[in-house]
Amino acid sequence: MAGNRMDPPRRKRRRAPTRRDALRGAGVIAAGAALPSLWLRRAAATPADMRAAIANVVGDAKLNVGRVKIEIPPLVENGNTVPCTVSVDSPMTPEAYVKAIHVFNEKNPQPNVISARLSPRAGRASIATRIRLTDTQTVLAIAEMSDGSFWSDSISVIITLGACLENLI
Amino acid sequence: MASALINVPAKAKRGEIIAIKTLISHPMETGFRHTETGVPIPRDIVTRFVATYNGEEIFSAQLYPAIAANPFITFSTVATESGTFEFKWTGDNGFAATEQAKIIVE
Repeated sequence: MAGNRMDPPRRKRRRAPTRRDALRGAGVIAAGAALPSLWLRRAAATPADMRAAIANVVGDAKLNVGRVKIEIPPLVENGNTVPCTVSVDSPMTPEAYVKAIHVFNEKNPQPNVISARLSPRAGRASIATRIRLTDTQTVLAIAEMSDGSFWSDSISVIITLGACLENLI
Repeated sequence: MASALINVPAKAKRGEIIAIKTLISHPMETGFRHTETGVPIPRDIVTRFVATYNGEEIFSAQLYPAIAANPFITFSTVATESGTFEFKWTGDNGFAATEQAKIIVE
């Protein structure tokens, strides 16, 4: 009895994903084919633009890796709203605190995402927001410390449906 | 009129770190989109957000088109005294919105 009840759903489950997968695959291919023509229409930021934007913030100072943690889900379905959290390891005292947190991206039309100014009154150096990402890319967070040092962390994000795509029909 | 959602605890202990969540309804038009006929849609975004606690600035942020529609920003502060938080958003085309929240610190 139990075996009979179990069997049909299992067969169903095996069949359904293949059809869905095929559709999903077709969608991804279509989105991929549409991308290059969109890129030609507008000037997309390049990793070089991102470096320039970072240089604007960091200047001649050394950009260290560490102390910062950027969190974005590794696989995002909709690039229009991507939750993003940046936290920095800092005591947040008047002597040592995080002055600013900057977020940059590689492939959106503009490299800047957000620049937040904090003070020791924050108590905890952590911000969260929702961002837009046009394509699979690397997102970088930089923390500017009160002692003038810069720390960073980066994360690669895979986007299935990029921001902006649906509007250009 | 833009509407804002603010989440601030009504009561807190002195010295406690509290989380503040803010959301403002705004389309955040990037300026990189086009209409069906290929006409560019002009940029219309919130560019600046400032939070003050009893008149003193505790947090501010510069926003770019890469911020999703209806900007949602979470940050924290130390509850020092009872009083009022004021949140201010300003942006393109003269956009301005203000919202307040009260807190009782024990």
